[in-house]
Amino acid sequence: MHSLLQWITNNQQIIYIVILMVFVGIEVIGRVPSVLHTPLMSGANAIHGVVIIGAIIVMGKAETDNYLAITLGFLAVILGTINVVGGFVVTDRMLEMFKKKK
Amino acid sequence: MSLAPLRGIGANKINTMGHNLLTICYLIGSITFILGLKMLSNPATARKGNLVAAFGMTVAILGTIFLYRNEETHAHLHNFLWIFGGLLIGGIIGTLSAKKVKMTSMPEMVSLFNGMGGACAALISLVEFNHISKEVAASEISMSLISISVFRPTVLIIVIGLIIGSVSFAGSMIAWGKLNGKVKDYSFTGQNVFNLILLAIAIGAATYLVIDPTQTYLLYCILGLALVYGILFVMPIGGADMPVVISLLNSFTGVAAACGGFLYNNKVMLTGGILVGAAGTLLTILMCKAMNRSLVNVLVGSFGGSKNTAAGAGTTDQGTYKEISLSDAAMVMSYANKVMIVPGYGLAVAQAQHTCHELEKILTEKGVEVKYAIHPVAGRMPGHMNVLLAEADVSYDVLLEMEQANDEFKTTDVVLILGANDVVNPAAKNDPASPIYGMPILEVEQAKNVIVNKRSMKPGYAGIENDLFFQPKTSMLFGDAKKVLQDLCAEVKAI
Repeated sequence: MHSLLQWITNNQQIIYIVILMVFVGIEVIGRVPSVLHTPLMSGANAIHGVVIIGAIIVMGKAETDNYLAITLGFLAVILGTINVVGGFVVTDRMLEMFKKKK
Repeated sequence: MSLAPLRGIGANKINTMGHNLLTICYLIGSITFILGLKMLSNPATARKGNLVAAFGMTVAILGTIFLYRNEETHAHLHNFLWIFGGLLIGGIIGTLSAKKVKMTSMPEMVSLFNGMGGACAALISLVEFNHISKEVAASEISMSLISISVFRPTVLIIVIGLIIGSVSFAGSMIAWGKLNGKVKDYSFTGQNVFNLILLAIAIGAATYLVIDPTQTYLLYCILGLALVYGILFVMPIGGADMPVVISLLNSFTGVAAACGGFLYNNKVMLTGGILVGAAGTLLTILMCKAMNRSLVNVLVGSFGGSKNTAAGAGTTDQGTYKEISLSDAAMVMSYANKVMIVPGYGLAVAQAQHTCHELEKILTEKGVEVKYAIHPVAGRMPGHMNVLLAEADVSYDVLLEMEQANDEFKTTDVVLILGANDVVNPAAKNDPASPIYGMPILEVEQAKNVIVNKRSMKPGYAGIENDLFFQPKTSMLFGDAKKVLQDLCAEVKAI
């Protein structure tokens, strides 16, 4: 119990961020018209590609002789990049079509 | 050791220029994500919002590569060749597949990308666990002062990231397969219970692993269980509900990414992940609302394609439907005052949006008022039809949302349904036994005539019969939507 409380105290910054972000996330898209559901989902999909940063850190920290870490990290970087790049490009393509109207 | 973030205050801070710059990069990243999402939810700014978020992502990624330092050893990252190689390969694959995919296959593409993100999160967890299990082993041997309990929070985060990431990956792959028709609905009796048991075992194993991090093999059991759970979780859910599932898995991946943020004390991963987790959950609920169903209902699935119990029995001997010839259809439409087009998935698969616009133009030239009635979940994703018709240059003014359209059907002479089925099924209003009962529909039966274009009499995605097709005012026009529309154009022109 004590260690849990200690852990919460030590990580209070992070916990505050989580709580605030939950509300920001809900607030920010609260009024989205149904027309934009698909592009918004796709855009959010690209944003969670931020997990790529974790993959880069894993890769960059791996000792050069740790082949397991390097292989998995390399794969993670590739997959993460596909998520980010593909996600943003697809979203842009969807939204491009909305823009043509004057 | 990589434990600094979770041990918190004790870690010595790095105060170099590079580190401060990285903080700024991450700050920019977090702000652009929030701003980007905000702009994405408004039609006027959506495209810019996407670019803003992409810009922030680029800054955060480049900052990480060049400025990141290990919090304890202060070492820069290395293995640049691998990192850039991965970025290059992933970038090329991502761009090419995103550029080449047809507008109609967008939903599966999103699902696929989402799966990649989930897999990425799961892989990070695997590597980090290997890392930490070495430290655990080392601390056991040296009998050092650090007790195992120090590792527990980190292991917990790693395991959560692994479970959520794997479920999201496996689920997205199945959703992708379902949307492009490679995977069929599959369920067995008691599947929901089985799934819950599976999940309970995984959580039990995870708890045990957190208590005793030396049980390395458990991690792989958890990975396996999570993957199987992801597959079985999506398997029984009907294709019509896939958008909701993808949106839910999308928010899962967000949470998995946030776990990475916890692990590395990385604020941009944390904000980005939680932001998507929260926004994605809300979006999922909004989508469910558009179908007038609860999330639980979607997930536990009264929709399951193989369960055609009540619906099938009541409607088998519905009588006959009548067909209409192309020239008759063309005639009826050109002499109508108002034609309402109801696009559905059939239009999307046939890539018929341009031909549809063509027909609209020809009819309009003849003085017919043509409008489109867009059901919020027509196609495979909310907004799918709007995107498609926008691609074909159809003006925004003639696209009616469901409520507006339902007001106008009374004054409509001809409704032309192009490959839509469940969204115009009156059973949703009249038949409490129907699995889609309660879903708001386009009330096309209020119009004077209904022409339905379908490829065959096969039921739609919900797997149920549609009474509408057997009503006296309805006539069927069989064939591929594009072919039929082309012929209709020619016929109408000739009149």
